[in-house]
Amino acid sequence: MRLLTHNMLSSNIKGVANGFPFRIDVEKVVEKKVDFNAGFLRNIFPKVEWKAFVDAARTMGYPELPEEADSSLLDSDEFLTKFHHGLLELHLEEGALICPETGRRFPVNKGIPNMLLHEDEV
Amino acid sequence: MSFRTAQIRLVSSHREVYEPCDDSFALVDALLSDRNNLIEHHPTLCMEVGSGSGYIITSLALMLGQEASGVHYIATDINPHAVRVTRETLEAHGVHSELITTDIASGLEKRLAGLVDVMVVNPPYVPTPEDEVGREGIASAWAGGENGRIVIDKILPIADNLLSDKGWLYVVTLTANNPSEICLQMRQKGYAARIVVQRSTEEESLHVIKFWRDFDTQVDLKEMAATNKTVPARVMESLVSQFPLSAFWRSGPQ
Repeated sequence: MRLLTHNMLSSNIKGVANGFPFRIDVEKVVEKKVDFNAGFLRNIFPKVEWKAFVDAARTMGYPELPEEADSSLLDSDEFLTKFHHGLLELHLEEGALICPETGRRFPVNKGIPNMLLHEDEV
Repeated sequence: MSFRTAQIRLVSSHREVYEPCDDSFALVDALLSDRNNLIEHHPTLCMEVGSGSGYIITSLALMLGQEASGVHYIATDINPHAVRVTRETLEAHGVHSELITTDIASGLEKRLAGLVDVMVVNPPYVPTPEDEVGREGIASAWAGGENGRIVIDKILPIADNLLSDKGWLYVVTLTANNPSEICLQMRQKGYAARIVVQRSTEEESLHVIKFWRDFDTQVDLKEMAATNKTVPARVMESLVSQFPLSAFWRSGPQ
């Protein structure tokens, strides 16, 4: 699971008002090389909740991202390289996503988060 | 690797996962026939709901290219076995999609709203008793309840929420699903529709329908609201003319 996916997921439990962002319980992170495309990064940048992304990357052992970012940074190759690495190349392979409101754990196995709910959570 | 679509010999399998079949091939053929349009569409995010064996999302990724082309993929399935099989099929073809085990797009509705440029769905469309819908394992790949519409009718509003302004939706339907009524429902949400592939087998007649947000449709909707009519006549004509085999209108539009 890439951090882009983490940034797009929120807790789907019935009654949870603020289910974003998930805390990440890291057991295993893997890095996979991904082809660089500046256009993709510029397209997706406005959709990313930056603080959630920076915190998630730090949890995954990548503290290189600036605390705050605005679109003027998209002209910087150095910034784009770091953004690319954090967003697409870091994978949570094993671990869990933890609902910020209820503490419910959604397991991540072999890079796949399992968001299925129990009957009493739907 | 330079395949245009996923190779059957490289598609992984599991006894609880639906294997690529006529409906899967019809959807991939529809995407192939629309490939030039899809490339010119420059999608950023593509999504499959109910990826099963992974044949369709893998084919889409092979057709449109990966990150170097600026395209990102997400696939979901409610069946955990299917998500694992999808991952194996993607890996066997050297392509990547993000994968989530979830019911349709549960957990993505808030943050992914309005971001999906291409969505593909081969839904469970087989008419079955209602209590077969939502069972675990392979039944989730086909059991569609009354008229095969239970899951389709859940997916369409979710798709409407997730699709971007330029979003395209490709859905496989069976004649028994009453596809012209589905088109009418989508029209009421502001979508135009076109049949990309129509195919009859011994057992079933399949349509792959493409939906997109359409300005003219939205004007029609305003007319409808202003004149208090239900559906403009020319809309009905165009819908009916697309489905020549249908006896769909027996209950009439509401």
